[in-house]
Order: sequence, then C-alpha cells, then structure tokens
Amino acid sequence: MKEKVDRSINRIDAPEKTGGYAEYIADMKFEGMLYAKTLRSEKPRAVIKSIDIPLLPEGCYVVDKNDIPGKNRVKMLLDDQPFFAEDIVNYIGEPILLVVGPDREQVAQVLSNIRVLYEEMEPVFTIVDAVKCDKASIYGEDNCFSGYEIIRGDPDRAFREAAEAIEGEYRTGLQEHIYLEPQGVIGVYENERVTVYGSMQCPYYIKTALVQGFGWDEERIRVVQTTTGGAFGGKEEYTSIIAGHAAFAAVKTGRPVRLIFDRAEDIICTTKRHPSIIKIKTALDKNRKITAMEVEITLDGGAYAGLSPVVLQRAMFAATGVYNIPNIKVKGRVFATNNVPSGAMRGFGGPQAFFAIEMHMQSLAESISRDPLDFKMENMLSKGDLTVTGGVLRYEVKLPQMIDLVEKMSGYRRKYEAFINDRGEVPKGIGLSIFYHGCAFTGSGEKEKIRARVKLKKRKDGKVLILVASVEMGQGSSTTLRKIVARAMDLPVEDVIYENPDTDIVPDSGPTVASRTVMIVGFLLKKAAERLKAGGEKAADFKVTEACEGPAELEVTEEYEEPGYIKWGHEKFEGDAYPTYSWGVNVVEVEVDPVTFVIKVNGIWGVYDIGTIIDERIIRGQMEGGIAQGLGYAAFEVMNTDCGNILQPSLADYIIPNSKEFPEMEIRLIDNPYEYGPFGAKGAGELPFIGAAPALASAVQNALKVPIKRLPVTPEYLLKVAEGEK
Amino acid sequence: MKISFVLNGRDVLLDTDPLRRLLDVLRDEFNLTGVKEGCGEGECGACSVLVNDKIMYSCILPVGSVDGSRVLTIEGYRETERYKVLQEAFTEAGSVQCGFCTPGFIMAAEALLSEDASPDEKSIREAISGNLCRCTGYSMIVDGIKIASRKGRGLW
Repeated sequence: MKEKVDRSINRIDAPEKTGGYAEYIADMKFEGMLYAKTLRSEKPRAVIKSIDIPLLPEGCYVVDKNDIPGKNRVKMLLDDQPFFAEDIVNYIGEPILLVVGPDREQVAQVLSNIRVLYEEMEPVFTIVDAVKCDKASIYGEDNCFSGYEIIRGDPDRAFREAAEAIEGEYRTGLQEHIYLEPQGVIGVYENERVTVYGSMQCPYYIKTALVQGFGWDEERIRVVQTTTGGAFGGKEEYTSIIAGHAAFAAVKTGRPVRLIFDRAEDIICTTKRHPSIIKIKTALDKNRKITAMEVEITLDGGAYAGLSPVVLQRAMFAATGVYNIPNIKVKGRVFATNNVPSGAMRGFGGPQAFFAIEMHMQSLAESISRDPLDFKMENMLSKGDLTVTGGVLRYEVKLPQMIDLVEKMSGYRRKYEAFINDRGEVPKGIGLSIFYHGCAFTGSGEKEKIRARVKLKKRKDGKVLILVASVEMGQGSSTTLRKIVARAMDLPVEDVIYENPDTDIVPDSGPTVASRTVMIVGFLLKKAAERLKAGGEKAADFKVTEACEGPAELEVTEEYEEPGYIKWGHEKFEGDAYPTYSWGVNVVEVEVDPVTFVIKVNGIWGVYDIGTIIDERIIRGQMEGGIAQGLGYAAFEVMNTDCGNILQPSLADYIIPNSKEFPEMEIRLIDNPYEYGPFGAKGAGELPFIGAAPALASAVQNALKVPIKRLPVTPEYLLKVAEGEK
Repeated sequence: MKISFVLNGRDVLLDTDPLRRLLDVLRDEFNLTGVKEGCGEGECGACSVLVNDKIMYSCILPVGSVDGSRVLTIEGYRETERYKVLQEAFTEAGSVQCGFCTPGFIMAAEALLSEDASPDEKSIREAISGNLCRCTGYSMIVDGIKIASRKGRGLW
C-alpha cells in the first residue's frame, strides 16, 4: 500500500542551510565585482533642482535615469514608478542614483559628498489628507490609484427597511516583512546579455521589468534566483526595482555589480503592508437578523501604485468575512500618499479586512447581548451560499466541525464566559477568529495574466527534473513539489530534482505568491508527472530530446487550464473571485497587565482546512510561523512615520516576536480534498496569518470589555481605550 | 594593527584595522559565509559565533577585541559530532525554513547545551531569545534543541 502523501519527510534543503553551505546572494563573488549604493531622496515630496556630484575617483561610476536604455518605469500594474527618480521625488528613500565602485567604503564616501538641491512641495501623509486632496494631487486628479464598488442584492433598500444599523470603524498600521535576509541582487553583463542573480519570489516579473527597462529582446535577459532567506511578499514586486539598478550598472560599467541592502536601508525603502481604514455598517431586521452590510475600505498605497489595486481587490473580496450576507455594498479605494510604497505582504489585503469584519461581528453581537460565537455561527457561510462577489461556494465548508474541534482544544466557550464576568486584578481574555483565504490569483488572473507552464524532464539516468519558476523561499516548495512529482510517478523523492529557477532553463509557472504554488503549479506538475510516467504518450509537446543510445531523455510540459466551473466578470466583480478557499479558526488567550497594558499571550490554538496536506511538518511550520507573524502584527510591530520618516528603521526599534513571546501553539489540520489541487491540496502559506490579529484583538476585547478597533493593539492605544477615548 | 586569534581551531594572524567588524573579517578575509548579516546591530543573531565558548554577535564586535581569543564559526563547528546531532535534530523537528537564521541558532544551541546538556523549555527559549527567526514561530526550533539534547546524551 502506498504511504500517505502527508507523511513528513526531511526537507531537502535543511542540511545545506544548517551548516552554512547554502549560498545566498551576499555569499556570491564574481571576478572584478563592483559595489553599488543608492542615493535616496531625503524629502517626502520635492522637485530635484540639481544634483552636485564631486569628481569621481578612478573606477567609480554614477548610474542614474540617463543610463536606462528603455523605459524608466518599473513594469507593474500602472507603470507609474521610475527605476530612478526623474525630476520629482515622492517619498523619503526614493532612489535617485547609484554610486558604483570597487571599494565599499569609498562608494559610501562618494555618496555622502553628493549634494541634491530640492524644491520642496507640500506632501500628503495620511489617508484622510489624500482623500481630501486639497494639495496638488500625487496621482491622477484625486490621488486615487484605484477605486471599485461591488453591489449584490439591494443593500440600499435593506438599510432603508432596517430596524437598526450598527457601525464601526477599524484601522490598521504598517507592517514590515523583516525577512531575515535583506534584499540583494547582483547584475552581470556578458556577451551582450544581462543576468541578474538575487533573492526573489518572481523571476519572470523581474525578467519582464528588465525587458521594459532595457527595451531589449527577452533573449538578452536572464534572471537566476539564489537561495532566498525569507520573503513574505517583500520580494514579490519590490525586487524588480533593484534588479533594474544592478543590471543598468552592470551594463554601464561592464563589470558585475552587487547591490545588497543593510537592514536600515531595507526597512526605509522597501514595501510594507498597506495601512487601512475600514468602515462597516450592518443592517438588522426586527428579529436582529443581518439583512445587509456596507463596507468601505480605504488603503494607503504610498507614493506609487505597485500592486495596490490587486491588494485592494483581495481586501474587498474578504470584506464580509465568512458570513452569509444577503445584500452587500463594498466600496474600496487605494490612495497615493508621500509615504514609502505599500505592497505585497502575506495575506495581501485579507488581514486588514478580516480584522475589521471579525471585530465588527464581535462588537455587534456584544452590543445586542448575543454570544459572539453563536451569533457568528448563525450567520456563517456554508456550501451553496454566495461569496461577496456572488460566486457559489461549491465545496463543503467545514467550519462547524473546525469550531467544535478548536473549542475542545482551547475550552473557548467556558473561558469566554468566565473572563467576561471576571473582575480580577489581571484582566484575562480569549478570542476566536473565523476566516478564509482565496487560493491563487484573483478573478481570472490565473487564466488571463499568468497561464502557468511547467515542464518535467526525465534524464537518461532516470532522474526527473522539475522545471518551474516557482521559488523556494523558506516555505518548503523545493521539498513539497518534489514529493508531488515523486508520488505521482512512484519514484523515491531522491530521484526528483529541483534547482533554483533560472529563466534560461525554466518555463514561466508564474510568481511565487498568492498561496498558489502547491495548488496551481503542484497540480500541473502532478498532471505532467502522470503523463511522463505513462511514457509512450504521443502528445505534441511530449518530445524525445535526445534519441541516442540508452533510454531517451523525455520532456513533458503542461499549461494551466481553468476548471470549467469558474465564472468571473471582472467589470463588475461578479462570480468566482477564486477557484476555491482555504479556511481557518484561530483562538488566542491573553492577559493584560493592569498597569502597563502590556499583552501577554497565554495560549494559541488553530484549526485549518487547506485541503489535503502534502507534508505535515512543512505545513506545521507554515501555520506556526504565520500565526507568530500575525500576532506580531497584532500586538508588537509598531511602525510609525513622522513627515514621511519611518521612526523604527532598525530591529532595535521595530520589534518582531522572539522565542519568549508565545507559548507552544496547538495546530490541527482537517482533511477536505479539492479536486483541482494535487492530491487534493489547496493554498496554505497566507491563511494562518489572517486569523491571528483578530483572535488576539478579540481576546483583548474580552479581557478589557471595550471594543478594539486598531492594530497594532499597543499599550498606548489600550490606555486611551480604557480611559474612554475613542 | 596585527591581530592573532584561533579561528576554527587554526592560528590566524592578520594586519588590519582593529575596529573592523569581526563579521566582515570572517566573511571577507576568510570566506566564512555561513556567518550571516541580518541586521548589523546585534539584534538578530544571524552572525552569531562563539568567542571563548561564549555566544557573541560578530556584527558588533571589533576584530581587535578577539585578539588572543578562540573564535568558532559554523564552518568550524560543522565538523564536530555535536553539530551532526544538532543538524539531524533540526531537520527532524522542522527547525529550518529559509535557513538564513539557522547557523546562528545552531551556535546559540551549542552555547546553551555546553552549559546545560538537558535544558528545559524555558531555558531553551531564554537561550535563543537573542536570535530572530521570521519563518517558524520558534517552537520547531525549540523542539530541535530538545531532540538534540536527548539524542546527543553524553556529547555535551
């Protein structure tokens, strides 16, 4: 009998990483390599009047907008961000030019002697001011990068006829990824071709950005991922900018150019999680049943659009949470400010939306004297119900069983009751969040934008090569994808090979984002593996690459086909926003210091439905790591700005969780196979992040008996709340 | 200034600015790239090395201060039996994800286990609290050290 697919195996990359053998970008050396450092804007918004560059020492270069042969725009959704500033800078830290040279200290010295003369413009720092738009607009006519509306049913009528309407406003702050390995790339120019090596999530995003930046044929551009020390979305779109910088510098100097950030630079100028303001209004009928919900989501996109429009969409598609609401109006807008650009981060808009809806449901239930969990469960989505966008939930929603299980593990109900009546010296609380994550790209993205392709190659020695652009960044895909192929072909996992992607070798299986790697790319690999195993198949793309002696080399490619049931209208956001959903329930127990208002976490429990588990141990790592990062977001990770300056530009100031912060977590996974995932697997990486913050905030609400409406839940905020301020 | 120390069991001598960061000397002069720079200010522990058996952040240590000392990096430590036990335990426990912090955690684990061969959970969490990991949430690293402590009985 076959072993179960979820049996954990040893991660293939663990020994080389543990022993310090693995080569990260900073460990790579090239003959004649030069070092680059970036001159960055010191002003949040200004016209560059002049740049005074002193005489450069022998072997030193300046690389700027004039060294970009193609279009000085980083290829993204709206193409509004230049690689190097032209005449205007829009945030502190915006790149203006590079100084490149053979000696790092000399480069830093030259950089410090460059003088930029700015003519300052009136900056915009907050969502509220961006909406007001009473200063010169940063983007378009009204600062708005993107705005959308979803209407389902007749929300206006439902509100007109409502017995009562209950409102809340929820706000969340910045979060920085703090992948342990800072961003870095090396550009090399040889034989009229440019190669960028680096720490990244999306080799083909970078390739496309370089094609546009150079205006060259794509054959002249090569991107190679190096061992990547964490990413969490931070190395999704951002890395294209510095890949361009290193590549332009390599071409100008004719030498390999290394551009690697130190931590302070990384924090100051890379993307962050979008700050949000979310207003929710719920209509109740006379029996206190929910008849409608109106949600207004506003995000701070920072100085350039980046991926903001899609982050906003994902937030909107999570706006009403796991609840079955008959009439819905969701309005979403993302605005330009003179802050560092916001971007992709684990959850991608979902965490902000789920914090708002979960806190709203909790407060709503408490305000009408209902038990929050009972109230949530009465309104919960199940199979056959409609999502925000009117897509039908085709697969079983196992939330009731999951809630039962987490209740048994945590004793949630008993503790909630006990804590709500407790007037002890140290307030204690327990909170529960219910959430989902839409797996893979939003809407028709997989079919229309990505069209993933994968390739498998059986070598003469019988080993099978996985050829995909999906990267290993710590999440375990180099092991998981091997397992999928090995299982599908009945091979030992050692006979399946996966190497870091090189765009000269691998087809474009899409970016390593959106919890899509196992479900989408893994499913294609499984199909390819089955065809490769069948051997003699005569498909057009099934080719014998080398028909010499011995067994032939075989190749098979597979391209994404959308499951037939998916219906999506992008104009009105109608239909299936995602192929399917992963689900979670998270419980957190806390106590709050009555004097300092410091939160201590006493217990963490989570139950998740991610379809079939491919590797239990890897998934446990994803769940625990996601929860920890989510609890950091909820309680510890404060990032403030003052006039566009980030006030916590170091790990001494920006505090991420350490080993003492949280107790052991108890995680359970329930089986709910998805027919279009490999062996039934769905997306996993982002899901655990989403539930952590609302679970913690609900626990604090249970402890202090006041509504929590802000993230992070800092002692300063709790002090204000406790004193009765808004 | 001439500085001499014992690096991974071998005597080394170099003539350099004593204020250079030990991290840079290890990486640039000796190509010991298992010592990582994660923050450069003594917060994350990715650059951890043992100096006279004590865990230190090499990113905030001037090389002049290790003159006459014994310095052990992951490259030296990985040749030992103790390392093998820790490496297998880390693999078994799922302690390794992106791996950037892992050599630093291994050095912190060695520093702990050489003081206390059978640490309890609290001591383990305390001992690795100077090292940051953004991937695991720490429990699986704690498990790795527990397994190593059990399987490596007699080694520490």
